[in-house]
Amino acid sequence: MDRSALELSTDVLVIGGGPAGTWAAWNAVTAGASVILVDKGYVGSSGATAPSGTGVWVIPPTDEARTKARTAREALGGYLSDHDWMNRVLDKTWHNMDLVEAWGYPFPREDGTAVKRGLQGPEYMKLMRNVVKRAGVRILDQSPALEMLVDGDGTVAGARGVQRQDDRPWTIRAGAVVIASGGCAFLSKALGCNNNTGDGYLFAAEAGGELTGMEFSNQYAVSTAFGSVTKTAHYSWATFTNEAGEDLDAVHDGHHSTSTIARALLQGPVYAQLTRAQGRPEIQAFLRFAQPNFFLPLDRSGINPFTQRFPVTLTLEGTVRGTGGIRLTDGSCATTVPGLYAAGDAATRQLICGGFTGGGSHNAAWAMSSGSWAGEGAARFARSLGEQHASRSVSGAGGAAAADPDAYIGGVQNEVFPLDKNLFRTESGLRSSLGTLDGLWRSLHHRAPQASARDAQRSREAAALVATARWAYASALERRETRGMHRRVDFPTLDPLQQHYQIASGLDTIAIRADAGAPPVATREPALAR
Amino acid sequence: MIELVSQSRCVECNICVRVCPTNVFDATPDGVPVIARQSDCQTCFLCEAYCPADALFVAADAHNHVEVNEQQLIADDLLGSYRRSLGWAPGGSPAVLHDKAHVLRLIAGPGVIG
Repeated sequence: MDRSALELSTDVLVIGGGPAGTWAAWNAVTAGASVILVDKGYVGSSGATAPSGTGVWVIPPTDEARTKARTAREALGGYLSDHDWMNRVLDKTWHNMDLVEAWGYPFPREDGTAVKRGLQGPEYMKLMRNVVKRAGVRILDQSPALEMLVDGDGTVAGARGVQRQDDRPWTIRAGAVVIASGGCAFLSKALGCNNNTGDGYLFAAEAGGELTGMEFSNQYAVSTAFGSVTKTAHYSWATFTNEAGEDLDAVHDGHHSTSTIARALLQGPVYAQLTRAQGRPEIQAFLRFAQPNFFLPLDRSGINPFTQRFPVTLTLEGTVRGTGGIRLTDGSCATTVPGLYAAGDAATRQLICGGFTGGGSHNAAWAMSSGSWAGEGAARFARSLGEQHASRSVSGAGGAAAADPDAYIGGVQNEVFPLDKNLFRTESGLRSSLGTLDGLWRSLHHRAPQASARDAQRSREAAALVATARWAYASALERRETRGMHRRVDFPTLDPLQQHYQIASGLDTIAIRADAGAPPVATREPALAR
Repeated sequence: MIELVSQSRCVECNICVRVCPTNVFDATPDGVPVIARQSDCQTCFLCEAYCPADALFVAADAHNHVEVNEQQLIADDLLGSYRRSLGWAPGGSPAVLHDKAHVLRLIAGPGVIG
């Protein structure tokens, strides 16, 4: 990279342009802040939502409906969700879905009324791009961030990155930064997830931030054995069979059991067929409209999923569907680092989901709610600093990078992909994996020089994958029970004494400690100490 | 993964270069973009959705290169099929308008969890 750096200054910098990032950008600019939104890819196609379709956790504001909504998944989540946070997410999502309609999203209508229960990713994210642009947000596409900038007090003051299509670095001074870079699916090619490599976790930790709930990082999704489409909703119409054609009998407690499918996969191939919709053309048509992309890999392989069985696998979605992430400290989605805010999958979703999310619904609600609060909070923080923020003396907080990214990526995947390591967890297995991952971390280079923007991006992605896997397994080791998606073969039941959040902190040495509880939903006054 | 940029259909607008979330394409001086980093393709199909010429084809296999035949893809009505299914092709209306996911959820069977 020999081109001169792009140098910019703004009140609020948002990193990541999926739902959480675009909601953060819109709320910050609407609050009067100048806003730059950077994305590794393209705002509109980047992230887990854009290629998907999802239900949204949008519940009418009646006591009965809200009570039912709060309690429905409490047991699945291991009783770690927080009622105050659920209530405010339900309120915010109800309000935001009205905004989405006002902005022109083409909701289906029934009896003249918009049915606002789901969002199709391509349509939703195309709309959000236009909405933030119209509001005055400056978008930098194809511009992955590489590290935070911090001032002498340790306050986050911007970020550095690269424009990968122009092969030049960028530096953006900011009064506050929102990390909305998504979760981490470890480059598994789960649908839309390959930009989601845990970069935001690494940036936050390098600036002194903390993670929480990282043991809830082992969500696997059913997909075709050859494809990328990890949309699981339609498998509610499926029968799963083994090579011999025997029904896996995977339904337990009213749900197909991932662990039953996983155990069968450890024995041999597993197949699915949408038998419950066989011979029902109207249902088949509904299914196609509901998730057109579910059928793409099947249609393109000449498979009729209603009449033929097809091979399936379980693809790791890590913290994209898991609930671990950056620890929040108050209702504005502030973090333990002044000037740093987190939203969407980058932030923990334990507050509304505990240790489990079945799919997009809660995650979509969380993204638009936490994004809104983080954008407002960041705008308020930047305003409290005034004009002088751009003249602060700053330095890069980034460190570890891989000189040979592919080797590190493969090394991490070897520890986190296998079902018998990450889905069925044991003390000895976790210790063995952690030993390997710690070795990878120690051998990373500090600020390895990079020949190109792509190399710079990949080297940091590899470091983020190593760091994320270590926080995940260190947290999993410490939680000696089975709760939410975290499943310990050696501790197969829920232990009431471990009904608490776990905080992970540190890079070279990782410390795990129990959290006292959910952060308050009220917002502290920003930067009073300054 | 992405397997085809149709030389005959491409209108050299470079929209695919701009919108690909994993930066798979490179623009070229003489016009038609090239697939420069195929293994980075995450098989999200969105380049097809944004291509105004239905010149792109993403094969089902997310991990391995497969050979495709453009004439066969045209004969099978697969070029542009994702854009059409979203209602994004000229003359289409958003497929979202016909979404009955909320109805399906009421009558669907067991989801996959746990």
